[in-house]
Amino acid sequence: MEIYVLLGFVLLLSIFLGLELISKVPSTLHTPLMSGANAISGIALVGALMLSSEDQTQSILAFGAILFASINVFGGYLVTNRMLSMFKKK
Amino acid sequence: MDSIINVSAIQNIVYIGSSILFIFGIKMLGKEATAVRGNYLSAIAMFLAVGITCLNLGIDIKIIISGILLGGLIGSLIAIKVKMTAIPEMVALFNGFGGLATFLIAWSQFNSPNNSFFQHVLIMLTVYIGGITFAGSLVAYGKLSEILKLGKGSWITNILISFFYLSFPALLYVICEPFISQFIPQFSSYFFIFLGLTLIAGLGFVMPIGGGDMPVVISLLNSFSGIAAAFAGLLLLNNVLIVAGSLVGASGLILTIIMAKAMNRTIGNILFVGYASTSSSSSSSSEEQGEVKPISADDAYLILENASSVLVVPGYGMAVAQAQHVVREMGELLEANGTEVKYGIHPVAGRMPGHMNVLLAEANVSYDLLAEPDDVNPSMDSIDVAMVIGANDVVNPSATEEEGSPIYGMPIIEAHKAKTVFVLKRSMSSGFAGVQNPLFFKENTRMLFGDAKESISQIVSEFKD
Repeated sequence: MEIYVLLGFVLLLSIFLGLELISKVPSTLHTPLMSGANAISGIALVGALMLSSEDQTQSILAFGAILFASINVFGGYLVTNRMLSMFKKK
Repeated sequence: MDSIINVSAIQNIVYIGSSILFIFGIKMLGKEATAVRGNYLSAIAMFLAVGITCLNLGIDIKIIISGILLGGLIGSLIAIKVKMTAIPEMVALFNGFGGLATFLIAWSQFNSPNNSFFQHVLIMLTVYIGGITFAGSLVAYGKLSEILKLGKGSWITNILISFFYLSFPALLYVICEPFISQFIPQFSSYFFIFLGLTLIAGLGFVMPIGGGDMPVVISLLNSFSGIAAAFAGLLLLNNVLIVAGSLVGASGLILTIIMAKAMNRTIGNILFVGYASTSSSSSSSSEEQGEVKPISADDAYLILENASSVLVVPGYGMAVAQAQHVVREMGELLEANGTEVKYGIHPVAGRMPGHMNVLLAEANVSYDLLAEPDDVNPSMDSIDVAMVIGANDVVNPSATEEEGSPIYGMPIIEAHKAKTVFVLKRSMSSGFAGVQNPLFFKENTRMLFGDAKESISQIVSEFKD
């Protein structure tokens, strides 16, 4: 139980940190920020890798989780990068 | 759950390092000069976190390699092929996949034996948020790409909405299930029914929300996918999931709040009420509107040629007409002619946060020419021509002048205060909010009817002659 209290503390602090970090974003960057954050939410891939594949159901679930998280990660970062490379000051 | 306990000290240290990189990455993503590096930094963090996790695996390596390769291929192909105008639906789709991944993670954890009560609660919450994010994002994708035309009022929508409301007591039940099953015989397939219900509820959550409110929905779903990942992190006792997920949750939340503020509505009003039920009391004043004064592209050119300052106010109509490139061309010709050109961007113009900025960036408009409402409104009197291209509600003067109006109080770009206003529009239909726009009837307004791209192309060719 203690570990949950500790990790819950990490969760809360991270949310506050996130709110502080991004409280003033120029509107130019709203889309890249959203898309970049979206790519980060692909961190679920790490969670997917921690699953087990002891029987068929579990294997399918793990494969699905890895597949969809990977689409999120690769697609998210590439699209963000493509978008940011268009933002130029002349 | 065995694999978690074995997570070595090295893995945890790398996770901390990767969390720090995520934090810096997202911080840098919020500033124009450092945004590209911020994105790289967060990609490196992701690579580190994934790589170190692979040191200690409970899954067959074949599953991992095939999953990552196939997912990477699909994701990369979509990201490279997608047109910049299709970005809103793309982001929605990727977001949905992230939600689906957490949904599956929680499902898999449910199947593993010996879950404690606390883990049981986390599993249900993760399934719920992940499922809502996935199904909701699919609906957002369908609506943004205009495959899905269902809206508020359709009977299918109404059924889906009732499932959404049903999902709250259902969530409560599945959380309490371990207690309830002590007294009554266990209902063994309850979890599968819950899985299905969350997905249907996700459809019902987004289905009634209209296109103009999509910026809010997309940011909120983005936030949800982060929160789902953070809950999955709690479930798997993994700190990098918690930190990265929370950062995403927070950034999505901030965008959601910015969007809601830009509409002067509460998040609850956008999600559960919509415009339709706000009062229709403004109908009385909408009758004495006056006369619409059309203008031809030729005449518009003559006025533009003599203007010393022009403000372009783009909206969703510019995206639909794909007019961003001709708009840039016109802007450059005006500048060459000695005219000062600015672009006034309203935060909720378009279908996602910053939609207009992306389109204009794609068309190569320098981002220091893009101004927010607060920057352009004070000097609006001195603007010779305000050119409203496919925007409607964000320039509707009712928001400042007419107290009964549903959009009263919404911060707008006060284009009507410019000396002359051109409104490029296909027809006289009202905007997303369904509110008549008095701007079209003002003394200084000229309507340039037709496809925005064609109209501007005409002006551009006049300039060239």
